[in-house]
Amino acid sequence: MHFFLIRRLLAAVPVIVVVTVFVFALLHLAPGDPAAIIAGDLATAEDVAKIRAKLGLDQPLLVQFFTWVGQLLHGDLGNSIFSAHPVSQLIGQRLEPTLTLTVMTLVISVIVAVPLGVIAAWRVGSWIDRCVMGFAVFGFSVPGFVIGYVLIWLFAIELDWLPVQGYTPLAKGFWPWLSNIILPSVTLALAYMALIARITRAAMLETLSQDYIRTAHAKGLATHSVLMGHALRNAAVPIVTVIGIGVALLIGGVVVTESVFAIPGLGRLTVDAILRRDYPVIQGIILVFSGAYVVVNLVVDMLYTVLDPRIRY
Amino acid sequence: MASAAAITDETIAPPARASGAGAFLRRHPTVVIGGALLLVIVLASIAAPWLGTVDPISIAPSERLRGPSADHWFGTDRFGRDLYSRVIYGGRVSLIVGLSVAALSTVIGLTIGLVSGFIRGVDAVIMRVMDGMMAIPAIMLAIALIALSKASVIVVIVAVTLPEVPRVVRLVRSIVLTIREQPYIEAATAIGTSLPRIMLRHLLPNALPPLIVQATYICASAVLIEAALSFLGAGTPPEVPSWGNIMAEARPYFQLKPWMVLLPGLFLAVTVLAINLVGDGLRDMLDPRLARKM
Repeated sequence: MHFFLIRRLLAAVPVIVVVTVFVFALLHLAPGDPAAIIAGDLATAEDVAKIRAKLGLDQPLLVQFFTWVGQLLHGDLGNSIFSAHPVSQLIGQRLEPTLTLTVMTLVISVIVAVPLGVIAAWRVGSWIDRCVMGFAVFGFSVPGFVIGYVLIWLFAIELDWLPVQGYTPLAKGFWPWLSNIILPSVTLALAYMALIARITRAAMLETLSQDYIRTAHAKGLATHSVLMGHALRNAAVPIVTVIGIGVALLIGGVVVTESVFAIPGLGRLTVDAILRRDYPVIQGIILVFSGAYVVVNLVVDMLYTVLDPRIRY
Repeated sequence: MASAAAITDETIAPPARASGAGAFLRRHPTVVIGGALLLVIVLASIAAPWLGTVDPISIAPSERLRGPSADHWFGTDRFGRDLYSRVIYGGRVSLIVGLSVAALSTVIGLTIGLVSGFIRGVDAVIMRVMDGMMAIPAIMLAIALIALSKASVIVVIVAVTLPEVPRVVRLVRSIVLTIREQPYIEAATAIGTSLPRIMLRHLLPNALPPLIVQATYICASAVLIEAALSFLGAGTPPEVPSWGNIMAEARPYFQLKPWMVLLPGLFLAVTVLAINLVGDGLRDMLDPRLARKM
């Protein structure tokens, strides 16, 4: 187990190195002078030179890279061009709403999608199955910001049950916090649910055709205990894998969803940074998001050995 | 991937069953429905100038923010531009981006995947790079690229293609790795067939069906990402109408005039749905084995 842990951690190193090199290279691969583009159309030659110096673009490439990596290793993501605040501080301030949104989405998605997938596989070919599969295609196809606006229109404007937009920290009371986070979480959860339901169904179909399921039925076990105890347990590995991979989908969705619901999280920070062409901030957010993705998938890999004791690395 | 067998089954089987359009519809309803929807959308955006539209970027300050009427079917936006025309023309950007990204990422991914699957020396390096690229969320990668260049449709296409490439590379590589060990490849190598010829004659036909399916999904995802980018203000430049930027511009008026946001959203959703339906149908048609796995 320890050996596996170390090996898996080491395997994540090249991924992180590639991400870092890639994010660095983006600045230099882009056509044209990045300093001029960041400075905008109205900038003077002096402004451009100032930005170039600030980003260290006047240094040799390798020097730039190692200076940047050296700062990263000290937890220094650089400073925002726009506000001169450290990027890590800007990200830290916006972390709570984004974490709330993603965790809430994750919980809703798993609670709804896994049972849907199980039922669809159990009653394969029935109208329930067709509905679940139809919902899966629908969830994949309808973009988050369209769903978000439909939900706002229905639940916030027409029915007036929930607030239209905004975010209230948990510290200011449970209901204000919850009522603000419901619509964005459901919006974000839709695509994720579609993914999880689809994989759950496929994995369950695979296990339900196994001999031990027939045996379990034959010895008179209740359906729910066959489904949950025998089938789902054995179908868990692919489901958990997809939940991990789907985090990339979730992160992309966060940016858009926060924008629709005016939630002051990392997504909003990203959008603001795009509009201001605040490249250090964009770079920092990409690193944080990619790091989160790598860590989540690391945890998923660890879970394999718990979910399926046969897996020994 | 034993899709060769699947194709043979498919080509031999049909004569035994009822033939004709009706039978095809019954056997592959999703392809027909999705394909029909998609055809309507494609034709509409090609024929946009003849569908009762006006110039989608002509400004009419006196006609600002009008509701739907006989003159302006979807109403007008804050510059008095006709929303119906903008939405119909907006489809062009989505479809061009979708198709270009699907084609580009398939060709690039196929090339890299073939090299990676055949040349052991570079395989490890290529796959680590692909793993790294997949760890960066597609939208974020595209945002970073676009933030560094002047907005244009070409930049959007490049920025959306890049994150899709690893998906194709992984698929092609996995196909190559399974087929490479097949006896007929060994036989071909034994009689001195050159590597490029093996790739072209033996690998490509096997890789094609799953690639086509993958390309369809990439097309759908590209349309979604382009719309999301434009919606966030990091996509198609404002002077070119696209569903994403039409929605973005209508946002301030959403509470009073929800249709300004919802109508372009509906077109977008239906288009992506149609492409996904075609993808699902093609997958079931071309490779039943793949269908079970998804």
